[in-house]
Amino acid sequence: MQKMPQWADVVLIPLISLILAALLSALVILAIGENPWAALKLMVEGSLGSTYAWGYTLYYTTNFIFTGLAVAIAIHARLFNIGGEGQAMLGGLGVALIALFIPWPHWSLALLGGAVGAALFGAAWALIPAWLQAKRGSHIVITTIMFNFIAAALLNYLLIGALKPSGSMEPATGRFPEATHLPTFQDMFSTAETALFRGAPVNVSFFVALLACVAVWALIWRTRLGYEIRAFGQSESAAKYAGISPTRIIVVTMLMSGGLAGMMAINNVMGEAERLVLNAVEGAGFIGIAVALMGRSHPFGVLLAALLFGFLYQGGAELALWTSIPRELIVVIQALVILFTGALDNMVRMPLEAMFLRLRPAPKPARKTEPAE
Amino acid sequence: MDFLTLLQVLDTTIRLATPLLLACLAGLFSERAGIFDIGLEGKMLASAFLTAAVAAVTGSVLIGTAAGIGAALMLSGIHGLASITFRGNQLISGVAINFLAAGLTVVIAQSWFGQGGRTPQLSGSARFETIDLPLAGEMRGDIPFIGPIYAELISGHSLLVYIGLLAVPVTWWVLFRTRFGLRLRAVGENPAAVDTAGISVVGLRFAAVAICGLLTGLAGAYLSTGLQAGFVKDMTAGRGYIALAALIFAKWRPWYALGACLLFGFLQALALRPDVIESTLGFEVGVQLLDALPYILTVVILAGFVGRAIPPRAGGEPYVKER
Amino acid sequence: MTDHTPAIELKGISKAFGPVQANKDISIRVMPGTIHGIIGENGAGKSTLMSILYGFYKADAGEIFINGRPTQIPDSQAAIRAGIGMVFQHFKLVQNFTVLENVVLGAEEGAMLRPSLAKARRQLKQLAAEYELNIDPDARIEDIGVGMQQRVEILKALYRQADILILDEPTGVLTPAEADHLFRILKGLRDQGKTIILITHKLREIMEITDTVSVMRRGEMTATVQTAETSPPELAELMVGRKVLLQVEKAPATPGRTILEVENLTVIDSKGVERLRGIGLEIRAGEILGLAGVAGNGQSELLEVLGGYRKAEGRIRLNGEEIDLTGRKSDARTRRARGIAHVPEDRHHEGLILDFTAWENVAFGYHDKPEFNKGIFMDNAAIKADAAAKMERFDVRPPNPNLAAKNFSGGNQQKIVVAREIERNPDLLLIGQPTRGVDIGAIEFIHEQIVALRDMGKAVLLVSVELDEIMSLSDRIAVMFDGQIMGERLPSETDERELGLLMAGITDTDKPHSEAEIEANLAKKRASAAKEA
Repeated sequence: MQKMPQWADVVLIPLISLILAALLSALVILAIGENPWAALKLMVEGSLGSTYAWGYTLYYTTNFIFTGLAVAIAIHARLFNIGGEGQAMLGGLGVALIALFIPWPHWSLALLGGAVGAALFGAAWALIPAWLQAKRGSHIVITTIMFNFIAAALLNYLLIGALKPSGSMEPATGRFPEATHLPTFQDMFSTAETALFRGAPVNVSFFVALLACVAVWALIWRTRLGYEIRAFGQSESAAKYAGISPTRIIVVTMLMSGGLAGMMAINNVMGEAERLVLNAVEGAGFIGIAVALMGRSHPFGVLLAALLFGFLYQGGAELALWTSIPRELIVVIQALVILFTGALDNMVRMPLEAMFLRLRPAPKPARKTEPAE
Repeated sequence: MDFLTLLQVLDTTIRLATPLLLACLAGLFSERAGIFDIGLEGKMLASAFLTAAVAAVTGSVLIGTAAGIGAALMLSGIHGLASITFRGNQLISGVAINFLAAGLTVVIAQSWFGQGGRTPQLSGSARFETIDLPLAGEMRGDIPFIGPIYAELISGHSLLVYIGLLAVPVTWWVLFRTRFGLRLRAVGENPAAVDTAGISVVGLRFAAVAICGLLTGLAGAYLSTGLQAGFVKDMTAGRGYIALAALIFAKWRPWYALGACLLFGFLQALALRPDVIESTLGFEVGVQLLDALPYILTVVILAGFVGRAIPPRAGGEPYVKER
Repeated sequence: MTDHTPAIELKGISKAFGPVQANKDISIRVMPGTIHGIIGENGAGKSTLMSILYGFYKADAGEIFINGRPTQIPDSQAAIRAGIGMVFQHFKLVQNFTVLENVVLGAEEGAMLRPSLAKARRQLKQLAAEYELNIDPDARIEDIGVGMQQRVEILKALYRQADILILDEPTGVLTPAEADHLFRILKGLRDQGKTIILITHKLREIMEITDTVSVMRRGEMTATVQTAETSPPELAELMVGRKVLLQVEKAPATPGRTILEVENLTVIDSKGVERLRGIGLEIRAGEILGLAGVAGNGQSELLEVLGGYRKAEGRIRLNGEEIDLTGRKSDARTRRARGIAHVPEDRHHEGLILDFTAWENVAFGYHDKPEFNKGIFMDNAAIKADAAAKMERFDVRPPNPNLAAKNFSGGNQQKIVVAREIERNPDLLLIGQPTRGVDIGAIEFIHEQIVALRDMGKAVLLVSVELDEIMSLSDRIAVMFDGQIMGERLPSETDERELGLLMAGITDTDKPHSEAEIEANLAKKRASAAKEA
């Protein structure tokens, strides 16, 4: 039996979860002696109040769309990819190598090359956990966590070693050449009279992220591969019966997932920093988990949730700047969103379902249905 | 490497292994009862912070530790609520708890102490003192070989180190020799068997999660008051995950857990002494490689190339009654 | 019995799951020292009723009296205290515990384990002597067979001093000989004054062992009668609500060319246990080969190999052409393309994706067919149209392709699977447990479809643990035991006794065989399986 209408599942439950998370966050702000309302106003002002503010919000949103889609696509195959962080780090490495060692004639080609490199490196980092899950049954959650740590160690090693320009003290690569610099929104939308998005890092990769949303949607709901991924995610035994190879689905899905996470690097590494620094990902890989859960693993939901987290992230930065509330408040909110939309889903769902059941008119005796098994 | 250096490295090994061991045993109780817990890291962190904070304020490490255990128990309660009561996804709950702890500790520390998300440095009775076992001083010089081992390696640790070591046989005994242990193992293998035998699955699992909270609380307390003197942001530094790795390495068995944690502790101790490695092996080994080694080892073990680890059968699955 | 207080009395029990009324105002009295049968179709509400009695579910309304006293049974603990023991259809045992540990679990003496185990060891010895329930207390559950595991469940109840024993479909996993042994144990328990409730859908068992029988239909109790005063046709009519033909009507087969040849097929599973040992069989066009056997003797593995999702050694030829058993082409997709359709044994875990819509399920396994695809995209409109047509032809209710598969009843779910596979016009149909968990109306329909397919000149391999189904549908019967085919018989020239012996691995069926001999044979098989593992 359908226990409640679909709109309730898609809209109402995430909304209530979000409100619960917001209320608790407000309590935290209250507890540390700040005014939640003032904080909210500051966040809205700082993240949506000007094109500059939007420029940061959308920059973060771009990151979170990529990592959110990465987690979401894996969830459709019932794979929980916690390795977005590490895959995004490797994506950064891919972008850096491509930008530094290939002479690009024009930014558009560099973007293309960077996207391919980022996706390849991210996918490669997801490949081993995927293969181990498919062939050896090693739990992908644990292996991807381990790969996050290994990625951090690897980047650490490269950035204080081989990739660091000689004479530099900072653990980072040299600056990418001019031709690989991506146009920012400022470059694209400012006119001679008015400068829009001045100094904000949002850049052309935002549109790549939007394209990725559409592509993932079409893939999941309109292609054979998407059908097979969803079937496998629902039931591995049924997938085998239908001739869908579990190994192929696990590996292909994780490659796409890792590739998407890696592609985040065209935004933060190529678009913003224009060089690869330590800890470039800044937890965006983990925020992707919250984004995917919040967005119900649907690309459109991911887009909305990424916007929300973009707002939170930029707003949180503003808070840290103007009040004594540290940036880590965002991590708390992120945790609460994951908790309510992911783990405590039933806490919100069960009372709602009971409510909808009560509201439902009694089944008519004339159309007797047999009890479903 | 001479004998004394070896002793020093081993001494560090024991100290570094202790938080891993306590957290690993915590995970063992939880996972043996069928509740996967990747939130060990968060619980340790929460306890490390609150222990240090309360110890700093009260000047008593014991009151601090009690508070730290309280913090870990709170997070355990959330994990239990999510994964037992509301049958949510245990992995997602664990992830949420890790972030919750990572964020809250800094937010509260900043608002409480205003020192950039850390607690004040602890000293005196706000820390766990080292305990010198009887005759340690005398034996150090008098008896060759055994004497230094006793004095340097066995004696002179803080209370929590000995509690951690003692927890291993106690865990074994509880699991395999008591009624509670039988039921705990049963609920992790087949909760339906427990339920139809008239025992509360929910009660047992909450008990296991609570024990997990207690032990991660101790682990965290040791981090900020034994191993170091105060709390700093993200001070667990992945130890919760290494403990998880050790648990898999140990195939969910108490004695193996001791071995696995000592091994990982040894790797961490070596990473602190690159000079020792270089002089022993004759070439330089990157610190990053040593940092990554526990994780790499775990992946190798997970891959089943070194014997297969079979987790408790009902692990990770919320219990839903069915006929 | 001189005592006229019923051991169990239920008054006006009702239970709903959401909008589904599983039990409606049910009242029943069971006298002490009797075996009381409860019979009904799948989904009639038998198991729900017993789960309420065992405290597994809470009734919405109604009262329970045990030995005349009103009793609240909010949980299993209360049921155990009231002297009720239950043997579930799916055993509730801890696989890596010993028999002793399973028996003791929840009934320990004190906080320490050793005294409890010692006491249980003594008690088990006594119970074994009393009721023919011999078992090694130190054996691990995962190492013993299902018959033995069932004994552990019974011992668990007796160890808790149950006076009332409920058994839910206990013979589904047993050979006929094991079932006979179980029934003897149950009669012994009854003669000691225990009260037994037997839930089953098999008329034969009701007639054989019960004193009284209650019939359930669609959540209601339609009748309670003395077994001696009723007959199978009457019970069947009470179960279904109309007259039922207990026989399938079909013309004699006219087998044509050979469709499927299997030679020396061997399967070794991941634990190293040999699941199939040199299977050989042959099916011709226009013929139904019935494969009988107790569950777990290799039938599932054989279906999986033929269906293309388990690797094997040996040879299979379809229409005279070799089939790849290990290489890249040994997958279910390729098998379908070669003309093998497969209705799997377990529709919930294999045949359907329960959360997919009906139309998505109708394309399942055939989703790469050109008619369902336009370029790189799937043609959802075409799939929906195809699904609607198939559902109409197979009278699937409700005929709504947009409904999720989980919202259909068992019979209608099975019809969706059968429609999908049969309508592809395959050369060979593999069909496992076609009527498990299916109502009688759908059973008749599905049986007709199978026979119709045969009459179109197709080959059918029918796997079923229901001997009645095998006997009435098959043109030839092969019996499996321990991964081997023990023999082939014609339905007209064999009977249940002979098939039962073959199912226990005894091939010289002309000679009389004692039960001990049959059990020894089963034990031998388990010992060898354990050794291999």
